Amino acid sequence: MDHDHYSDALLRKILNDTKTIAMVGASANWNRPSFFAMKYLQSKGYRVIPVNPREAGTKILGETAYANLKDIPDKVDMVDIFRNSKAAGPITDEAIEIGAPVIWMQLGVRNEDAAKRAEEAGATVIMNRCPKIEYGRLNAELSWSGINSGVISSKRTRKASGPMRRGGFSSRRH
Amino acid sequence: MSSTPEQPDEQPPGDDDDFEVYGFETLAIHAGAAPDPTTGARTTPIYATASYVFDDVDHAASLYNLQTFGFIYSRLTNPTVSVLEERLAALENGRGAVACGSGHAAQLLAFSTLLQAGDEFVAARNLYGGSINQFSYVFKNFGWNCHFVDPTDPENFRKALTPKCKAIFCENLANPGGIIVDIEKVAEIAHEAGIPLIVDNTIATPYLCNPFDWGADLITHSLTKYLCGHGNSLGGAVIESGKFDWAQNDKFPALSQPTESYHGMTFYETFGDFGFTMHARAVGLRDLGPTLSPFNAFLIITGIETLGLRMERHVQNAQAVAEFLEKHPKVDWVSYAGLKSSEFYDLAQKYMPKGPGGLFTIGLKGGYDAGVRMVEACELCSHLANVGDTRTLILHPASTTHRQLTEEQQRASGSGPEVIRLSIGLETASDIIRDLDQALSAA
Repeated sequence: MDHDHYSDALLRKILNDTKTIAMVGASANWNRPSFFAMKYLQSKGYRVIPVNPREAGTKILGETAYANLKDIPDKVDMVDIFRNSKAAGPITDEAIEIGAPVIWMQLGVRNEDAAKRAEEAGATVIMNRCPKIEYGRLNAELSWSGINSGVISSKRTRKASGPMRRGGFSSRRH
Repeated sequence: MSSTPEQPDEQPPGDDDDFEVYGFETLAIHAGAAPDPTTGARTTPIYATASYVFDDVDHAASLYNLQTFGFIYSRLTNPTVSVLEERLAALENGRGAVACGSGHAAQLLAFSTLLQAGDEFVAARNLYGGSINQFSYVFKNFGWNCHFVDPTDPENFRKALTPKCKAIFCENLANPGGIIVDIEKVAEIAHEAGIPLIVDNTIATPYLCNPFDWGADLITHSLTKYLCGHGNSLGGAVIESGKFDWAQNDKFPALSQPTESYHGMTFYETFGDFGFTMHARAVGLRDLGPTLSPFNAFLIITGIETLGLRMERHVQNAQAVAEFLEKHPKVDWVSYAGLKSSEFYDLAQKYMPKGPGGLFTIGLKGGYDAGVRMVEACELCSHLANVGDTRTLILHPASTTHRQLTEEQQRASGSGPEVIRLSIGLETASDIIRDLDQALSAA
């Protein structure tokens, strides 16, 4: 699979099918990027379960934090990795073990070997992207900050919350 | 509907598995501007509002912390302005854009994001005169020091670099002189020094040249010129390519280090490839305040819809007028990169194959006095200080915009006493030529 470019259709499908996200490296500190992403994704109707050994047993944004993925008692649709590229290796293996169908590595995080193992195990892997940014982009919210969404549409958009609803073509200049 | 087994069923919008690649003209009309979500209005509405309600206190906190996307106050974001911003980012093939009140404001936003007091940058000396003033005096008061170099040899930029330099700045098609800078080479020099190349693309416009294709990292615009196109509103913008690594060295602490006024948030870490745009907005627009009015944004959006068509005709008319003037007995020289006689002809073919714009200068054999007589004798061409209008504009810099400078300074900036600047409009080419011909007979 090409990990330099993901189609909008694939990202839409993932963000539509996902209900519960395990966020590895979720921080309790409000000014960390993971906290931004968790809070935003919660506001869009996703359940986000924090995974962070230092915070295990405490609550972050109303959700109990776990020390590792295997401790989570509930079904997880996506593992979102807020750790560095090297650490993403063993976390991916753990995500494969718990049967997560989607493994998503954050902006700046890429681990090709781990991606290969996960894909061989049947998981879908996204790397070097942020689900908050992709959700905002595909729902025209990122556009409010002057960011190029790459989406053109002649259809009226509705307020974005919960599952992805926006159609439209993705676009690049040729 | 008939279909053969080889033809897959038509896919609903958005379910295609790959990028749709759109042309420039399509993006100029559609990018950023889906129908209004509330009313379905197809043209972008003018959102004349200073402020926006919060859903609740937590929503307000999320907005102020930049944890969610949305509108707080029109100094930072406005739905009409954001359509313009996304359109500009799309046309330049960039990641994000921030619009502001003028081209000067765009330069202020760009440099205030990159520079601290005591920092330096290198700029081409062939710039719009107002930029030379801004860089030479007000920026100096901020503690930002500019080194000006002759941009016709890219190596001049390298020679002027110091460890304190945080950027290189140039106009790819310089106003007024018809000079084209070899930006691919200048970008290499900037990147070797770990700093970004900022290219002002005002005169070329994204229709004629895309500086990001040649390695530029930031693009600035005066939207007042060809993008608006009708001489009716001021505006500016900074566009980010999304490709520059702001954390490769310690030169850009505003982006790579925690920001005190956002309680220690780090912009590049949090927003990645649009970290510059977020900072230029959330700190630059917030604290300096050079916001674009939504009314102006609306006029500029409308102008951009026809940018491709207009630039084609600007170039056609400019070429015809330049060829006429080159043969005129009262004209000493014509500096237009579309003429084979121009030393920039080859660079124009490389960087602007659709034509080197609609702005150029000529030199009159009769010097200063002939210049004054010519601008005063025009009946169709307008004697004023602007460029990029539908109307043909004529200016004698030595008696107007450059009159405060010494003759030596005037000559160095390409605006000597004999120089006339022409911004060729969209009138019938033979009418423009007839008016210039009768004005020259008076000169």
